[in-house]
Amino acid sequence: MDIFNNANDFLIWTRGTGFNIAIAIFIFGVLIRVLEILLLGRKADYSEPRGTQWGPGLKTIISRSLVDKGTLNRSPFVVVVGYIWHIGFFICLLLFVPHIELINASLGIKWPGLPSPVLDAAAAVTMFSMLAILWHRMTHPVMKFLSTYEDYLVWLLSFLPLLSGYIAYHRMINPYPMALGLHLLTVELLLVVFPFTKLMHAFTLFLARWYTGAMMGRKGVES
Amino acid sequence: MNRQTLLEMLQQQGVTRRGFLKYCTALTSLMALPPSMVSAVAEALETARRPSVIWLSFQECTGCTESLTRSYSPTIEGLIFDHISLDYHHTLQAASGTAAELAREQAMHENKGKYLVVVDGSIPLDNPGFSTIAGISNVAMLKETVANAVAVIAVGTCAAYGGLPHAAPNPTGAVSVSDLVPDKPLINVPGCPPVPSVITGVLAHFLTFGAIPELDELGRPKVFYGQSIHDRCYRRSFYDKGLFAESFDDEGAKKGWCLYRLGCKGPMTYNACATLKWNQETSWPVESGHGCLGCSEPNFWDAGSFYKALSIPDGDYARAAGYAVAAGVGIGAVAGLLNKNTKANAVAKHSSVSVDDFAVNKNNNNEGA
Repeated sequence: MDIFNNANDFLIWTRGTGFNIAIAIFIFGVLIRVLEILLLGRKADYSEPRGTQWGPGLKTIISRSLVDKGTLNRSPFVVVVGYIWHIGFFICLLLFVPHIELINASLGIKWPGLPSPVLDAAAAVTMFSMLAILWHRMTHPVMKFLSTYEDYLVWLLSFLPLLSGYIAYHRMINPYPMALGLHLLTVELLLVVFPFTKLMHAFTLFLARWYTGAMMGRKGVES
Repeated sequence: MNRQTLLEMLQQQGVTRRGFLKYCTALTSLMALPPSMVSAVAEALETARRPSVIWLSFQECTGCTESLTRSYSPTIEGLIFDHISLDYHHTLQAASGTAAELAREQAMHENKGKYLVVVDGSIPLDNPGFSTIAGISNVAMLKETVANAVAVIAVGTCAAYGGLPHAAPNPTGAVSVSDLVPDKPLINVPGCPPVPSVITGVLAHFLTFGAIPELDELGRPKVFYGQSIHDRCYRRSFYDKGLFAESFDDEGAKKGWCLYRLGCKGPMTYNACATLKWNQETSWPVESGHGCLGCSEPNFWDAGSFYKALSIPDGDYARAAGYAVAAGVGIGAVAGLLNKNTKANAVAKHSSVSVDDFAVNKNNNNEGA
């Protein structure tokens, strides 16, 4: 870190300029991607609707997020571990008090957090499940064939904030400002890359599932 | 230089041998040495001669000197401070002007290569006239004085890292002692002000071993700055349980819960406040209900609000987000319109297909799939 005089300067940069750059790129990128999809629009449908759109649309957002029995039977490992790491990731992101402070400061909403040892366990489980899912991707012949460099990049950038957060929480790197600065930097990297990779699914899944449900609802078909 | 040893001086002050050994045991433990070292520490301190100390005060507020001189006169630490031969300290000495400067020059001459230099305050480089003593600029006086010193102790955050004068936009071009003294044994004792017993502890270490203690990457003695406030805080268990004070007078604050949400910088701050405490071990900032400011860390003045939690970004990120929303909506809309145009052109270029076409070529039926 030659450009910084000391760990504290590094932390000051990641808490200030670094975060500003990252959040700006993240918001800019997400807006462009979502607007592009929305503005493209759909062809006018002149057929007579046989059902409503909003209800089935919203229902499908939920139903498609639940376990699908067929998929579970075919690839139980991916489904179970996939749920574990997503839920674990959100527990770490949304229920750790310092994170809630950040959300409260920027969005003005807050909720109670969990005790640190619970978060600690969640982070460990999440990281283990992510390692398992990576091992699966690298060993399963079909997954291996289908995986591109982007899949590995996205895995790495999602894994690093968990790892650096775990390291910072346990103060495994000294001095602490360096550990916290590294955690913020890995989050900032994730934010910067987010809009331009498959990580966009965090936003587009709602559009896609709503549209599927709405389209089927209009036709009077269950989705 | 007074030839009296430390033990003789302490005995004159009415300190018993038992009291002295108790102090040596505490000091040995404070310096994280094994118990077997107690006798060595006692022996070294018994025979320690008064070292000559030249204290230079530059761009500072005198808080560091206040910290040292006011807080504890009856303790052995205080007596150790009394024991050193403080040959020059322009706030404390009776002499002034030429006589004072003469005392400094005399101490430097008589104890060449043996005297300690203590500095508090930062040194302005933009214009030497910003801070002078007896017409001598701070930088000139520092360089002249440390030239033949055995070691330099930078007391306080200003001397250690530049401190408040160094805060953005640093109008005087203030720098730390380490920026100007690269080639001498240098101990940073930061804090705004530093814990008094840390200053005397460093002096005691020097008297005992004749060398500087083990330092961290910021030049601080590891024995005093090796652990963070957070790790040593008596409120730590509340942090781990997720119990936080959310204002300075809520139930949580009254119950002594963790002050993280109120901006405590304990997790990133390395100092001995939580163990050594202040005012004869009466209390310390967190115990009195206020979060740690992080005063022993570099650039703590520029590290954001004292009352903002450490996890909250410090820049004007709302403005950055505002620009991003404007740019995202603008460019996203343009991109959307361009895509629409592309789609319209593609649709316009489609050739129209009639039923007859299907009749003629049955394989060409995948339009609009």
